[in-house]
Amino acid sequence: MFNNFFHKMASPKYFYSISGILIPWLAACSALLFLAGLYYGLVKAPPDYQQGDSYRIMFIHVPAAWMSMFVYMVMAGAGAIGLIWRIKLAEVVAISSATIGAWFTFLALVTGSIWGKPMWGTWWVWDARLTSELILLFLYLGVIALYNAIDDKRTAARAVAILALVGVVNIPIIHYSVEWWNTLHQGPTVTKLDKPSIHLSMLVPLLLMAGAFKLYYAFVVLMRARCEVLERERNTGWVRELAEKT
Amino acid sequence: MNLNDFFHMGGYAFYVWTSYGIALFVLLINVILPILQRKKILGNIARAARRSRRNTV
Repeated sequence: MFNNFFHKMASPKYFYSISGILIPWLAACSALLFLAGLYYGLVKAPPDYQQGDSYRIMFIHVPAAWMSMFVYMVMAGAGAIGLIWRIKLAEVVAISSATIGAWFTFLALVTGSIWGKPMWGTWWVWDARLTSELILLFLYLGVIALYNAIDDKRTAARAVAILALVGVVNIPIIHYSVEWWNTLHQGPTVTKLDKPSIHLSMLVPLLLMAGAFKLYYAFVVLMRARCEVLERERNTGWVRELAEKT
Repeated sequence: MNLNDFFHMGGYAFYVWTSYGIALFVLLINVILPILQRKKILGNIARAARRSRRNTV
């Protein structure tokens, strides 16, 4: 029965209809979390004793940076599943994640830069954290470019999965860069084993925003995956029927 | 807290609101693009189906 469930889930037609039901719910939950996070982050949380109100950039910078790595791991994981078990849907999820991951990485880099200007006095430094995050952006762009360069989508998906898996080496480098090297970028304050050194009034909006970003990714990746499924299944009966109804 | 203080952001208004503005842009574009793309793909498939039917009949 379990096996049957996965088989059904992996069928493009079934995925298309189920995701169509899920997307509005995920979007609504994401929007609610965003509103709550913005309210607690911009209105309720007090200014930082060192950074004043500029630290509020954290509420988008940190979730975006977390997502840039999380989405990469999803992409590499889905790519591996596609490689090993030849599940089409895994390939679709992998390539759909690449574009969104690239946007999250871009957002993390840009907001970090804007935060760096008033706090560090510079838009950019070549320190380990910033440089490894920039490499992550290049990895995403490489994945997207490689996928588009190969006409046969299944061959393209296999090539992309291998590139994505090789690039996984960059993820621990990003994560530990602030500990391995002396960086201008601050160390972790939330993911420490002992008590996080961030006040609850700032931790709550940060976690709300992180949840909002995660749900946002969930529904946006489904939207992109649906497009990819339609494109790949364009010669099947159900897609033609669907296209002619709309 | 009054509204002026809120928009002023303790003197960091430019940095804070630019960041949030860019974030809003990124979040919206990633919703809008797939919606448009889906419409485009379905339109293309429907057109191709009509064309092939004309040719065979």
